[in-house]
Amino acid sequence: MEGTSEKLSPTSMLSKINIRAWVSRVPLLGWLIGALVAVGLEMAIGTPLARGLGLPKAPVLFGFVIMLKKPLLIPSAALYLLLIYLLPIGLIARFGSAALNRLAAKLADFSTVFSILLHLALLYLALHLWSGLSDYRVLVVKLTLIAVMVTLSLNVINGYMGEFSCSHPGFMALGAYAASAFTVSLFVNDKLFGAALLPAAIGPFFFPIALFLGGVTASIGAMIVAIPSFRTRGDYLAIISLAFMFIVKSLIENLEVVGGPRGLGSQPDWANLPTVFLTTVICIWIINNFVRSTLGKALNAVRDNEMAADAMTVNTRRTKFIAFLFAAFWAGVAGGLFAHVLRYVNPSTFGIQKLAEVLAMVYFGGLNSVYGAIVGATSISLLGEALRPLEIFKWIIIPLLLILVMIFRPTGLIAFKEFDVRKLIQPKD
Amino acid sequence: MVFFQNLINALQWGSFYALIALGYSMVYSILMLFNFAHGDIFMVGAYIGFGVASALIALTAMGAFALPSWLILVLTIIFSMFLTSFVGMIVERVGYRPLRDAPRASAAITGLMIGIILETGNLALFGAQRVSFPSMINTVTYNMGGVFVTNKKIMIVVVSLLLATALHQFIRRTRYGMAMRAMAFDYVVVPLMGVPLNTMAAMTFALGSALAAAAGILFGVAYPVLDPYMGILIGWKAFVAAILGGRGSIVGATLAGFLLGFIEIFVAMIFPSTMRDLIAYSIVLLILVFRPHGFFGEAYSARLRL
Repeated sequence: MEGTSEKLSPTSMLSKINIRAWVSRVPLLGWLIGALVAVGLEMAIGTPLARGLGLPKAPVLFGFVIMLKKPLLIPSAALYLLLIYLLPIGLIARFGSAALNRLAAKLADFSTVFSILLHLALLYLALHLWSGLSDYRVLVVKLTLIAVMVTLSLNVINGYMGEFSCSHPGFMALGAYAASAFTVSLFVNDKLFGAALLPAAIGPFFFPIALFLGGVTASIGAMIVAIPSFRTRGDYLAIISLAFMFIVKSLIENLEVVGGPRGLGSQPDWANLPTVFLTTVICIWIINNFVRSTLGKALNAVRDNEMAADAMTVNTRRTKFIAFLFAAFWAGVAGGLFAHVLRYVNPSTFGIQKLAEVLAMVYFGGLNSVYGAIVGATSISLLGEALRPLEIFKWIIIPLLLILVMIFRPTGLIAFKEFDVRKLIQPKD
Repeated sequence: MVFFQNLINALQWGSFYALIALGYSMVYSILMLFNFAHGDIFMVGAYIGFGVASALIALTAMGAFALPSWLILVLTIIFSMFLTSFVGMIVERVGYRPLRDAPRASAAITGLMIGIILETGNLALFGAQRVSFPSMINTVTYNMGGVFVTNKKIMIVVVSLLLATALHQFIRRTRYGMAMRAMAFDYVVVPLMGVPLNTMAAMTFALGSALAAAAGILFGVAYPVLDPYMGILIGWKAFVAAILGGRGSIVGATLAGFLLGFIEIFVAMIFPSTMRDLIAYSIVLLILVFRPHGFFGEAYSARLRL
């Protein structure tokens, strides 16, 4: 850092320092309100502005797709990005940070819970308005949130526990099928399960039960992996869980009750954005509390040195067992949501491809870190969508990126960082 | 009769699994890492074999030299093994050497990603249509008391057994083999004794990849349709076989490869073939529950880096 800043001219150095300084002073509230304003601006003048700039319509994913598809439109897409997103957010962050810091301080003094809820509400509002512009955005947001849940739950095993589990697609499949079987058999008239048993009107109230059931089914499946594999440490779990994944996939393919290889469709459309958002928030909250609890710390101790942890009265087998089932539970819940978002699942969704995707998200974001899981899942899913115009070359760029991350930061981008909501919403002054 | 017929098929599939499992097992014994790109190296080997075979056939047709068809096959296997070993060395250099001191799982991820790059690169080069492997030898079917055996099947089993034996002898008899065994015993101290870790690692990858290439060509001879994703499933299954044999055991990996072939074929014989994976992997799971270290593996030692 020192070496580079010496070469810069005094003015540019000044501006660089200034930018750093004021970015670090902006509270989370500032970014959220900035995002909200940007999204509002897009709603109000997005389409006319895009037309005026010569774009066919308002860019769906920050203009990246259009930049890759039609390189000639790069300047106008970049201008759109600047005018709609960067400028409002930057202006609010620059000139509103003092007032917003005071507001954040007041909020924190008033009630932490209220402040957290307000931040969440702002975040949801921004997401809601942003995704309101097209169905594609809604789908991207939903799938990204689900990816966050899956990544976070796998991070409990691969990051916090330090084992290498390959069975997450299997758990997702169990959750997806259990939840779908519950909702489809009770509330939908279809060919596989016959007529609906209960009126569809009360269905949405049963959706949490369906998701819970999905989670519990995944946990029961996890027991099959956990009971034999936690007798020894090391790569044993990787193999057993891999075999388990093959078994689950093959089992579902052979269960004609749930459609076999043709898959299971016509799930009710209950996984709307608020539901998915709420479930994800609850998932992050509970998992974050779990990893910060005594049990979570015991889990870290088991990872770092199982024998020492044992000597320190940690019941290592029980700890690993609970953590594994817990992670599988959330993978199952995410699977249930996934099935209801796409409203169709088939066994081949939950294969090696899915495994590679989830592992990529975990290791890209960072081990042993809730931030890492969020960052990894979000960036890999959004990157996957943004690079779609490149077609198959997307699958060269993303793996290359991941290899580079692994070489330069072997534990991922944001590893071993504690996620503290109180710290996050504090005023930054 | 059906039994013997299936036995032949099982031996054939077991040969593929065994040859690929050897690569996993060797890399594991030296570096304590799984080379998750290995299944795709198998695929690349098959494609290289396709290229070499086509070139040789074209040259023969042009009259550059007159080669009997069996010699073309032998040359194809040798050249492709040689070429694919470089692919293995590149994978080691790019994906594994920079991560020597990183957590083991990170190296597993780079391996997985290199696998995806190999698949996609292949898809970009050849397009989505499948490539049909040139048939170098004509199929001759022998009727042995009602059991039909083709010369290809015999050739596949014999070649793979020969290669496995050759590898075994290499590791037991030569200086490099001794260095590999020493490295497998302790890869921290042995490099201090003057055994170059990087050379040995590259050699291990090269050997494993060469065997995978041989498996790829034999696979192409038996099932002459190649596609970029052919390595995924067979690779992961061979990985399971490598574990079943006991990590780092050459004999174990060979035998477990054949065992997996037997389990798969005979499950498909008794039960409906859609149940094959379900029952085969349940059996594997059961074996691992009762023998966590595989058939020939040593009891797990605490040489973990994560």
